[in-house]
Amino acid sequence: MNSNLYALLGLGVAVSFVMALKGLSAPKTARRGNLIGAFGATIATVIVFFDPSSTKHHNTFLIIAAIAFGVLVGVPAARKIQMTQMPQLVALFNGVGGGAAALVAIVEYLNLSAEGKPSTANLIATVFTVIVGSTSFSGSVITFLKLQELMTTRPVVFPGGRFVIAATLAGVLASGGWTIASGGNTPLLVMGLLALLFGVLFVLPVGGADVPIVISLLNAFTGLTVAASGYVLQSTLLIVAGTLVGASGTILTRKMAEAMGRSLFGTLFGAFTAKPQAVAEGGEARSVKSGSPDDVAILLNYAQRVVIVPGFGLAVAQAQHTVRELADILAAKGVEVAYGIHPVAGRMPGHMNVLLAEANVPYEQLVEMEEINPTFPQTDVVLVVGANDVVNPAAKTTPGCPIYGMPILDVAGAGNVIFLKRSMRPGFAGIENDLLYDAKTTLLFGDAKDSLTKVVSALKAL
Amino acid sequence: MTTMAILTIFVLSVFVGFEVVSKVSTTLHTPLMSGANAIHGIILVGAILVADGATSTLETSLAITAVVLATINMVGGFVVTDRMLEMFKGKGGKK
Repeated sequence: MNSNLYALLGLGVAVSFVMALKGLSAPKTARRGNLIGAFGATIATVIVFFDPSSTKHHNTFLIIAAIAFGVLVGVPAARKIQMTQMPQLVALFNGVGGGAAALVAIVEYLNLSAEGKPSTANLIATVFTVIVGSTSFSGSVITFLKLQELMTTRPVVFPGGRFVIAATLAGVLASGGWTIASGGNTPLLVMGLLALLFGVLFVLPVGGADVPIVISLLNAFTGLTVAASGYVLQSTLLIVAGTLVGASGTILTRKMAEAMGRSLFGTLFGAFTAKPQAVAEGGEARSVKSGSPDDVAILLNYAQRVVIVPGFGLAVAQAQHTVRELADILAAKGVEVAYGIHPVAGRMPGHMNVLLAEANVPYEQLVEMEEINPTFPQTDVVLVVGANDVVNPAAKTTPGCPIYGMPILDVAGAGNVIFLKRSMRPGFAGIENDLLYDAKTTLLFGDAKDSLTKVVSALKAL
Repeated sequence: MTTMAILTIFVLSVFVGFEVVSKVSTTLHTPLMSGANAIHGIILVGAILVADGATSTLETSLAITAVVLATINMVGGFVVTDRMLEMFKGKGGKK
């Protein structure tokens, strides 16, 4: 292919990525934006086989087979995944991307060093890519395990942990310097392994609401590694695309952190500052008031205004359609119904919006936290469906607990609070919720969908 | 490419990246993250380039692994983002 044509097509792909990100930032254009990005990426993948500067073509068949295999793994995973498991899938996709970037840098390094010591600039870019790519890979795998609940979802903190982390980071940087100075293979290997370890140690102390922020941060990191490997490979497209993701990912991470009232710095360096926390105590001895579906139905039936607060339990039970049915019945009885959406209810920002949109809940009934909080004192009943941390007053009252400082939905201001919960188990962040023991709180135990179905039939019978 | 040209491209891309997502609403944080995640799957292009030039068994196997991983990142990323956004279809924008 003519090299000008090739460069021009590459520019078109870069533009398509800018348009994709732009489109993804507004609800109306989001889907189209994503498709534009996918289209651009497809073009880029096809034209690279005709790259005029690459003349060797050793492994064309193997490469196509590898792409086919990747498609066979990636597409069914993305298509079959439950909405509830989407966050961990995104984390995993991000991790493999980071891993790929690190491998690309390693192969190019082996390739370049076969012809003598690579230039310092190339060495620095390689070292950066391998460190950040490996960290992103192992960090994302740990995030995946946490979200999939294959390991504890709580922050893992061990005595002296921060010194171990600091020592690992120092080791990573030292072996990076060693690689740049000597250009050998051994230092690169040591550095890569230490970076993998660092990724694990970096994510282990993160828990609860900080997990989505970390996914977003690792995502931005991976973008930057792609840009750095673009520098080594002399590919403008990789530099532009990687930098775009790195920059927009950083902004997005900051916005998410703001939405949750976390400091980005605190999340980033939580690993260095985290101290072992006292376990919440005294839960078992206190009594709670549990009600029957009929009690709940009566409370709802005679309310003027009901606010439904959905959480991860709603997603797990796939109860979005049932909750909508309940809301419709209440609305037909003249009850004012709104949904209070916490920005991080579920496991990711916007999780509840996606889920309720699937059940065709009218958009105007979904009210964001800042707007709904002042209305709780005028609300008769709050129905908390499988949420816990986002309504936990400990975020305001208990300094030092993992969610302290996170803005919450002030449901305690309402007349009555009903919790639909599977058990007394604490939420994702692993903190006891005092609100459960409050006199105005009624608990209805069971799977959110079962409970809602029973309440719906009780309401119909009234 | 000269280092200055690369630096220019890099710095301008940073500003474009900042600018395009500056007005995103909370609702779209997750799909945007997922879409950006798919875009960095473009490392596939880099993986193909190094696989194309790989000669030794070690280089080839590492590069082919990179191709598989990058494809999963890119294709899976776009598909999963589309599935998320499918849920929003027919809904008006809120902010």
